[in-house]
Amino acid sequence: MGLLALEPPGRGSFLLAGFLNSVMIAVGATVVGLCLGVCGAWCKLYGGPVARDLAAVYTTIVRAVPELVLILILYFAGADLLNKALAAFGYPPTDIPGVAAGIFVLGVVQGAYSTEVLRGAILAIPQGQIEAARAYGMSPSLIMRRITLPAMLPFAIPGLANLWLIATKDTALLAIVGVNELTQVTRTAAGATKAYFTFFMAAGAIYLALTLFSGAIIGRIERWARRGMPSVAGAGR
Amino acid sequence: MSEALMDVRPKRTATNWLKPHRIALIAIGLAIVLASIFLMRWDWLPQYMPLAIQGIWRTIWLLVVTSVLGISLAIPLGLAQAAGPAWLAAPAKAFCTIIRGTPLLLQLWLLYYGLGSLFPQFPWIRDSFLWPYLRQAWPYGVLSLTLSYAGYEGEVMRGAFAGVPRGQLEAARAFGMSRFTIFRRIWLKQALHRALPTLAGETVLQLKATPLVATITMVDIYAVASRVRQDLFVTYEPLLLLAAVYMAITGVIVFLFRKLEARIPTRIG
Repeated sequence: MGLLALEPPGRGSFLLAGFLNSVMIAVGATVVGLCLGVCGAWCKLYGGPVARDLAAVYTTIVRAVPELVLILILYFAGADLLNKALAAFGYPPTDIPGVAAGIFVLGVVQGAYSTEVLRGAILAIPQGQIEAARAYGMSPSLIMRRITLPAMLPFAIPGLANLWLIATKDTALLAIVGVNELTQVTRTAAGATKAYFTFFMAAGAIYLALTLFSGAIIGRIERWARRGMPSVAGAGR
Repeated sequence: MSEALMDVRPKRTATNWLKPHRIALIAIGLAIVLASIFLMRWDWLPQYMPLAIQGIWRTIWLLVVTSVLGISLAIPLGLAQAAGPAWLAAPAKAFCTIIRGTPLLLQLWLLYYGLGSLFPQFPWIRDSFLWPYLRQAWPYGVLSLTLSYAGYEGEVMRGAFAGVPRGQLEAARAFGMSRFTIFRRIWLKQALHRALPTLAGETVLQLKATPLVATITMVDIYAVASRVRQDLFVTYEPLLLLAAVYMAITGVIVFLFRKLEARIPTRIG
């Protein structure tokens, strides 16, 4: 147990730093994914035929290929493209910080899933509300801000919450490309001290605590988003 | 019969689907594929072909074995949560929460490195007939993928078991069926029918989880691609091929589940 202490002989501080990185990547990836998801859902529902097909290709490919493979492809391709762009403008090549790379890569993956969640949520809004807004002469962006977003929120939140939980767990995959997140620092610490079981159990407990904590917060947000709506508990059965 | 039931949507004919912009998109896609064939390095392919086929086979084997074992674990887990007594339901729920709350990669490493480092300390394990297997990587890979699938599917099956209408079970009891017959003929079948669309998605997720076993030295198709990258310093070609292989397997899974679903008559209101 002494190995997990926060003071230097113990490695607790490393785990804590890794955990903070993990949370940062998960939050960033969810935000990037949400932006991509809003664009994707908009393309799929209201876009022209080309935008619609491109969005379909994006979601199909990302959802059919393992995250691990996507992470490798995007990680290498992203670094390559960035360095080529830098070279084109006459700058020396740089190393991308691991956290930023992780946010980009996981964000692209999350974007495909949130596209589907948001599309489903927008379709679940009674369409008369959007038609009424259009009849009032609201501009598309105003409709989005005043009607579509608030009305779809209760339908979207369960799916988005699921995506957040997936994002927190997908950060572990970044250990493969050596990003300093919780799983990677755990492996390093375990390898250095040979106390594999202790460290992996500790990391598992941290992930589980994050999941359970998120679950509690999500429950509150869901109740807030559903405020004013009739309760549906038990109505389906 | 099933064809007649499926035909609710407007017919998607070839001319309907093949619009001018689609032809342009397909042409662009073909151009990208051809460019990647002619401009990238593929000379390593014949040399690594046998290894790649073995890797694909191992990936599919892993997927099938862990899915079958996982679902057979998930049925009791779901049943315990849906209808079991509290002393069975609580551990089942705890198991599902733990599995669903931690990353699979961590579970895999916990089993492989953690248990793997604990086992040699006990002489009776080293002397047992299991020891030759415990020293290899694949039992840990199979075990952790099975447990993960069981954890997620246990939750799905709980919902499916709870969703079977009470009247169906009461009618079965009125027919004088024994409890086991009710379970086998009515409850399990209807629950599986309900869960089938979800199971299709979860099986694709399971396929996407299999490459993780490459991190514990199992040689599946992902590990073969990594080997090519390390041997020859070609970065993109193996990864693109890998993505294509996984997309093909995903297509097969979706197709098979759709066939399975089409066998179940459903009424669309």
